[in-house]
Parts: sequence; structure tokens; C-alpha cells
Amino acid sequence: MVAIADTVRPAPPAPSSGSMRFIARLFRDKPLGAFGFVICVIFLFCGLFADLLAPYGYNQISPINRLKPPSSTFWLGTDNLGRDMLSRCLYGAQLSVIIGLSAAALATVVSVFVGIVSGYLGGKFDMVMQRFVDAWMSFPDLIILIVVVSVVGPGMGPVIVILGLLYGIGGSRIIRGAVLSVRENAYVHAAQSTGASLPRILWRHILPNVMAPVIVLFTTRVGAVILAESGLAFLGLGVPPPAPTWGGMLSGSGRSFMYLAPWLALAPGLCITIVVYAINVFGDALRDLLDPRMRGSR
Amino acid sequence: MTDSAPERVLEVRDLKVHFPVMAGALVRRQVGSVKAVDGVSFDVRRSETLGLVGESGCGKSTTGLAVLKMLDITSGQVIFEGEDISDHDRARMRPIRRRMQMVYQDPFGSLNPRMKVAEIVGEPLEVHGMAGDRAAYRERVASLLDMVGLLPDMADRYPHEFSGGQRQRIGIARALALEPTLIICDEPVSALDVSIQAQVVNLFQDLQERLGLTYIFIAHDLAVVRHISHRIAVMYLGRIVEIASSSELYGSPLHPYTEALLAAIPIPDPAIEATRPQQIITGEVPSAMRPPPGCRFHTRCPRVMDVCRSVDPPMRDMGGGRAVACHLHGA
Repeated sequence: MVAIADTVRPAPPAPSSGSMRFIARLFRDKPLGAFGFVICVIFLFCGLFADLLAPYGYNQISPINRLKPPSSTFWLGTDNLGRDMLSRCLYGAQLSVIIGLSAAALATVVSVFVGIVSGYLGGKFDMVMQRFVDAWMSFPDLIILIVVVSVVGPGMGPVIVILGLLYGIGGSRIIRGAVLSVRENAYVHAAQSTGASLPRILWRHILPNVMAPVIVLFTTRVGAVILAESGLAFLGLGVPPPAPTWGGMLSGSGRSFMYLAPWLALAPGLCITIVVYAINVFGDALRDLLDPRMRGSR
Repeated sequence: MTDSAPERVLEVRDLKVHFPVMAGALVRRQVGSVKAVDGVSFDVRRSETLGLVGESGCGKSTTGLAVLKMLDITSGQVIFEGEDISDHDRARMRPIRRRMQMVYQDPFGSLNPRMKVAEIVGEPLEVHGMAGDRAAYRERVASLLDMVGLLPDMADRYPHEFSGGQRQRIGIARALALEPTLIICDEPVSALDVSIQAQVVNLFQDLQERLGLTYIFIAHDLAVVRHISHRIAVMYLGRIVEIASSSELYGSPLHPYTEALLAAIPIPDPAIEATRPQQIITGEVPSAMRPPPGCRFHTRCPRVMDVCRSVDPPMRDMGGGRAVACHLHGA
């Protein structure tokens, strides 16, 4: 029996010991990120419980209350059909949550798959993959969106799939970059030399070690997708009316009655701005906190 | 397994590993090759330690990786436990990987930071379907940790909670998991501080005694190699220039390069260190893309002769398992 040689050093704070500690760190080290986080939570909450929170239905028309300014009855005023803007914004949050989360999730899955396979296998396969990604990225996003939506037709499903693929393939670069550095680690070599299978190496060794960029990619993508969806809706290519999307509200009643009733444009506009800003600062904070080199810096 | 003493675990015959150097932007063509290992032959007997020394870039790590078949062999043979594995593909190598394992230099990079110690040590078992049920698995991991001097309750911690020496022990436990015959140790102690080095080297020796392990011990620290090795091969620019038992090599080095290496070992006494004759070889290791003609060491050799510049000295058997490639020791 060999004696216990070196004593255990006091462990530095564990990186993954509970989400509560992580949130505590977020509030302590990144106040702006924490602010973004709080807004994101509120946004999620509004989206999930829009049915309970909204005082009126999103399509509930009230002809005598058309174009009313914000008041105690209609906190954000009403539009040209007398629909309550607060309710419509809340239901809009719901749509944004659904589209944002599912398209960002799809984008992340695509990025991770393409990035890990291309980065790990390398060689000719990587070369071909990356030229395809180059070609894909050289198209302006909006052009692809407009073309595909006009072919497939608008609707929630197509929008999610298109946005997911669009951002997924572009984002694979970030994951590939991370994989290129992770795969050079001796522990990957050790797994190869024991004869571990390719899926095992990718799943057990590569993926867990690129989780930090994956998480950051996902959060920033949620913001980007919401913004892109609003843009599509504004162009009339998103989820068709009367669905209360923020972009649709901006382009519909918002644009037509902007001078008469500015709250129609301001309410959804501010919703988009605040939520996307909050997601971005939260994503930045996450990136900094998950990067071990940034530990201890502010 | 018969117990005939000088049984060869590994035979390496004229091993060459060349890396192609490509150039050209559109049409890629090979403009040369880096001859990292260029005709290396040696045997390793059961339960012995062969030290592999040489300066950076001489091909010692490449030799280790080629023996494991982690690199493509350009030519030559690797015969492991009587089986020629030189042309084995990935699938045929898989059962053989159980019997040859590696311990790495960097105690930080060699352990996956996202896996617990139990998962790291037990992964080879899972890969080869030897994990068994949960209780047996835990027990096996605990006994492996015990074997390398760690406590069984360390199994549920993450690598970052350990010191460099402890991490290296975890790496050794992982290498032992499949009960291999041969362990290739690629500078396993050079990243550790000196007090820990001794402990890890002792652990290697202890394990060899108990388990009958065979080591190829790659290092550039000659004091460590001397301590652990039975025989030592000195490499220079992709070749072995001298191979001898540890005591012979250190007692009476034959090759001028070996002499120079030994002379470079500092003596921990300033008085002796200040007065002893310095034999310094100058210059740099020549490019492995274009090794010099004749003896590869002639550009830096203090005792260079005319013949060295044109004729490549063959490896000459000096008897007693000793061999040297130098014209000074011709027939």
C-alpha cells in the first residue's frame, strides 16, 4: 500500500455546484447581467402565464373603446379595433417565448452537431463542411428568410424551422472553434488510446467541455430570433394576423395610427427593445461567468 | 503465460514515422517530410523499464505514440506480445488497446475536467464492456484508487480538487484499469515538482513489482530515468544512438552524445559543479526534414572524424545487450 502522498488542497469553488450559487455569483459580479436576467424571468413568466395575466383576450374587440390612450382600464391603451394593448403585448410575449425558445433550441442543436462533428473529424470533411457554411453565411439572412417564407408560406412552424437552421449553421463556427481547442487535450487522446468509440468521445469528452459556448450561443440566439421574427412579422412574413406578434403589431395598427395613437407603436416596440437588450446583457454576463479565465474579474 | 525471464513484450523493427510536409495553395503536393522517427529498433522485455531519453524533438514521444498505433507508421514493424500490429486497423487494434496504455505528461490536460474521478478511472472498463454491475464497478474503481495511493472516497470528486501529483495518480489508475501489460509513460513526472516526482516514480516502481508491468519511460530528465530504468535508449534526431543497461550507460557512456547528455546533468554541489570539466555541445538539432548526411550527430560532435561526415554508422552490438551507433566504436 502506498502512503497518501500529497494532502488535498482546499478546493476552489466548484464550477457546477448548483444553479443557486451561480445566480448568487451573477448578482454579485455582474449587476447588469443580473438586471437582464430579472427581465428575462419576467418575460418568461409573462409568456407562460399570458392567459392568466391578460385582462382581456388578445382578439377581444370593443368598438366603443377604439384608439383609447393608456388609462386605468386599458393600461397600454387600445388599438383601432378596440383591442387591449396590454393583453396583446402579453400574448405577444407568449408567441415570442415559443418562437424564441424553440428556434434558438433548434439553432443550438444544429450548431452543436455541425460544429462538433466538423471540428472533431477535421481534415477533408471539415474543409467541405466549412466551405458550405461559408456559402450559407455569405447570403444575407433576411433574403433567405423572405425567399423561403414566400415559398413555404407564413406560419409559426416554418418561421421556427427557418430561423433555427439559419442561426444554427452560422453559429456552428463558434462551436467548431471551441472543439478545435478541446480535442487537443490529452484526455481526448487518452480516450482514443483506450479504444473509445467516436460517439462516446464526442458525447462524454467533447460536448461537456464546450458547454460554456453552447449555453451562451443559446441565450444570444433567443434574442436574435425574437428580433428576426419581429422583422419578419413587420414585413408580413411572420405568423399571420390576428396572432398578436410584436412585429405584427408594429407593422399593422402601429404604423398606420402612429401619429394618432403613438402607444400602438411604442408598446410592442419597447417590448422588443427591452427583452432583446435584457437577453443580450444576460448572455454577455453568462459568457463571462462561464469562462474560467474571467473568474474574479468584473 | 510462461515465466521465461527474457520474454519480449515488444519488438520494434526499423520503425519509421514520417510526417508529410505539404505546400501549395490550390494544388497541394508533398514537398518533403519530417522524419520524426527514422529507423528505430529496440526490444522491451517483460517487467522491465526501458528509458527513452533525448532532447526535445528527437522523436521519443513520436516513438511512444507509434508503438500505441496512435500515429500512422510509415514503415517498419511493431510486434506486441508476438503479434505484428503494424498494419492493424482501428477495429483490430481495439482488443490490443486493453493491453497497452499510456500515462501523460500534463496532469491537468490529461483528465477531463467535467468527469468525476470514478468516471475517469472507470471509463476504460466501460469502453471494453468490463464495467459489470454498479457495485462491482464501484469496488473496482475503489481498488484502483487504493492501488495508486488515493482514498476510495475521492472517487466522487472532480479533477480540479486535486494537486498535480494526485492527478497524475488518477491518470495512472486509469492506465491500470484494464490490467495492461505495457504502459507507455510520456514524461509522466516532468510537470511535477521535484518532491512529488520522487513519490510518483516510486509508485511506478512499486506497481511494477506488484503487477509485473512493463514500462517505456520517456523523459528528458536523466536523473529520473536512471532511477527507474533497467535499460536506456538514447535518441537523437529520430534514431537511437546508444542503448545499454542503466548502470553501463551512466558508468561508461560510449556515444559522444550520451557523454554530452550525462555531462549536462547538474551536480547538486556548487563546489564540484564549479570545478568539473564542462563538455558542452554547441549548436542546434538539425532539421528533421533534412537530416545531415553521414552520422546525424556529426554537426555537433566534439570528436567528429572525416568518416562521420559521409558514412552513416550502423548500430553495432557491443555485447551484453549493449549497442551503439558511432564510428569511434567500430569493429
